[in-house]
Amino acid sequence: MKRLGLVVFPSVLLLSVASVKTTSRKQDSTPARESPSATSGGLAAWQEIYSVMSYPRCINCHTASDYPQQGDDRHRHLFNVVRGPEGKGVPALQCATCHQSANADSARVPGAPDWHLAPLSIKWQDANDNILPSVAVCKTVSDPKKNGGLDGAALVKHHQTELVKWAWKPGFRSDGTARSVPPINYEQFMAATRTWVQAGMPCPE
Amino acid sequence: MQTFKLIVNGEQREVSADPSTPLLWVLREDLKMTGTKYGCGIASCGACTVHLGGVPTRSCVVPVLLVGSRPIITIEAISNDPVGRVVQDAWVSEDVVQCGYCQSGQIMSAVALLKAMPKPTDKDIEDSMGGNLCRCGTYVRIRQAIKTAARQLG
Repeated sequence: MKRLGLVVFPSVLLLSVASVKTTSRKQDSTPARESPSATSGGLAAWQEIYSVMSYPRCINCHTASDYPQQGDDRHRHLFNVVRGPEGKGVPALQCATCHQSANADSARVPGAPDWHLAPLSIKWQDANDNILPSVAVCKTVSDPKKNGGLDGAALVKHHQTELVKWAWKPGFRSDGTARSVPPINYEQFMAATRTWVQAGMPCPE
Repeated sequence: MQTFKLIVNGEQREVSADPSTPLLWVLREDLKMTGTKYGCGIASCGACTVHLGGVPTRSCVVPVLLVGSRPIITIEAISNDPVGRVVQDAWVSEDVVQCGYCQSGQIMSAVALLKAMPKPTDKDIEDSMGGNLCRCGTYVRIRQAIKTAARQLG
């Protein structure tokens, strides 16, 4: 159902783009002004990016709380795991205590290099655990004051890290079934990221 | 099978194992260091905790392939560590142990906590020790022993 929804969604979005006001961040790595068609393409690309960012397994580490979440139902991480001062847990219960640099398929514990929570400034949910709307996530992701100082080029690089790529190779659940993956594949996600950045990182309003 | 050179408790050890073998089983079966316990095998109980590169780590979910050059410290050598010695003494003085099965993992986690946070609050202890389960329910004594050790390390 999610895949079907995604296929339909871009065409709906494109119909509405003409009437959408946009906010485009002006940064060193992004053009100062884009043509309307580039902006439209950028907005469509953003919605594809948002379909990934709003996916449960991605939000689980972009929480608005002092703890990570788990699973497609985004339940609180077991063992009362907490965020800690740097988003990597606390001294005796760090992310790295269990999450190694690769999935542990024998135990079904997921892993990727530098496993950690995103800073609270890059949260993609509200305090009531609701997923933030597209415009809110877009403004956060495109704002270097909130996104950890990343410009467009750095965002592209961030999306190429093994931790982000893990979303598409998440291994297996404890019951042996495959963990779910985002609604578009990684190549589509990166293509959308590049299109969005080249369009000046426009956000819907 | 593949040969791995591991640094265990300060000594270089060589083992031949399948790369996917969890570190826990390399320690217990190949190196005969049985102080580290098997509890759940899925990083859900903490009984298998060792220090890997200084990080308290569930050895049951670390394939030996991923250990690399990171030094491993197990319960067998923790008394050589100044903090470890004090923690073990506190465990004895507070009579923490009941059945004892989880306690090597508890001590490894407690040492990691006190090394990073010499004066932990109750919440610090609960946050850090939350992944170490004790079916005997010795949690109150564990917390007391950590506080005792903290005072002695003062």
